[in-house]
Amino acid sequence: MTRDEITTGLAEILEEVAGVNPDDVAEGKSFTDDLDVDSLSMVEVVVAAEEKFGVKIPDNEVQNLKTVGDAVSYIAAQS
Amino acid sequence: MTRPDVVVTGLGATTPLGGDVASTWDAMLAGRSGVSALTQEWAEQLPVRIAAQLAVEPSEVLDRIRLRRLDRSEAIAIIAAQQAWADAGLAGSDLDGERLAVSVGSGIGGATTLLAQDDILEASGPRRVSPHTIPMLMPNGPAAWVGLELGAKAGVHAVASACATGAEAIALGLDIIRSGRADVVVAGGTEAVIHPLPIAGFSSMRAMSTRNDDPERASRPWDKGRDGFVLGEGAGVLVLERADHAAARGARVYARLAGAGVTSDAYDIVQPHAEGEGAIRAIAKAIADADVAKQDIVHVNAHATSTPVGDMLEIGALHKALGDHPVLAATKSMTGHLLGAAGALESIATILAIRDGVVPPTINLDDPEPGLTLEVAAHKARHMEIPAALNNAFGFGGHNVALVFTRP
Repeated sequence: MTRDEITTGLAEILEEVAGVNPDDVAEGKSFTDDLDVDSLSMVEVVVAAEEKFGVKIPDNEVQNLKTVGDAVSYIAAQS
Repeated sequence: MTRPDVVVTGLGATTPLGGDVASTWDAMLAGRSGVSALTQEWAEQLPVRIAAQLAVEPSEVLDRIRLRRLDRSEAIAIIAAQQAWADAGLAGSDLDGERLAVSVGSGIGGATTLLAQDDILEASGPRRVSPHTIPMLMPNGPAAWVGLELGAKAGVHAVASACATGAEAIALGLDIIRSGRADVVVAGGTEAVIHPLPIAGFSSMRAMSTRNDDPERASRPWDKGRDGFVLGEGAGVLVLERADHAAARGARVYARLAGAGVTSDAYDIVQPHAEGEGAIRAIAKAIADADVAKQDIVHVNAHATSTPVGDMLEIGALHKALGDHPVLAATKSMTGHLLGAAGALESIATILAIRDGVVPPTINLDDPEPGLTLEVAAHKARHMEIPAALNNAFGFGGHNVALVFTRP
């Protein structure tokens, strides 16, 4: 999977879970500061991403995923 | 220190009869029933297959993302509170949040969330359980969400007294303003548990009407043919305000909340006291607290749920505590029983009855019980001057609440 494909997949999840406009989702964007994803919604995003990309994202990794790019890198490395 | 007067300056509701107060009140005065058949697949196995479902779905009002985080009871509490807030002329106002409190309760709470998430737990495991589960099912959820929505910082309170909840939440609001803890209290009740488990539970108690083939005629308080209550869903919210605070901002005043009486039976967990002793005391306390003449209380919006025992016990209590002169309404004949929201919605009906000088009809009262010694506006609304009126609400657990409203 390319980084762009993963970003697109995350954008779909973010729209479904938190109502984020897919056009706003880019690697440099912070989940909390730029996309307004609160902590409970972030949990939903992580669980949905695990399902969508067939990866495991342990809770202690989630705190390191500040930006969309961080998540893309983590998922790309796992899948 | 003299006790401050408390007035009602805003009303909001979403009910089986309409998505707001105006449409609900119009439907009530027209004697329309909000009860219909449950056509959902899950209803097929149930002994009760009728209910009074919301006229307007929350999804028509709130966006999808908000609704993902809200139990249905929370969503409709927010909707009713937004309406009441705007109706009071407070939308966009600079009211000090530290002088604003919330008192919004629910009889059962987020049961549908609990059950839906349990299904997910069983089917997919704990990791799939929504992180929103707890704030969706916690009983203070509706009050907390309303407080967030309106910026209330003087306390958010969630009264839980089963079918007396909405009325008791209003009584608490009265206390909060009288005690000086807030100038404005957003008070009411909410309920949304039209789901097989609560229906099965109430059915097992033999508390519900099984008139499945005739939904609109199933809720028939005081009628000889009544066979139990009809479950309804909805929310009702009032803006209560210290009278001088309302006057200072030039607010429109619907009515005075003149007094409240709250008692408990200490008799049985679900059966009302055999002589209605707790109800009598609640009514008497409300009248004394309101300091109005009994003769002026010419209308009662009764609790009257359409159960064989409760309906007539309330008549006896009214006879003893108030007299036989008031004209009664059982608006549950149209709305069904909104449980924790009932006392709030019926307070709204009581207030509008005073404002418009009209007792709403009690439908389906075709064959009244001989013991019905008080007059009822059966089938059709009755126009009359109403200087003061009473609203009763009683709940499992032995809760009795009576509220007295008067003209401003």
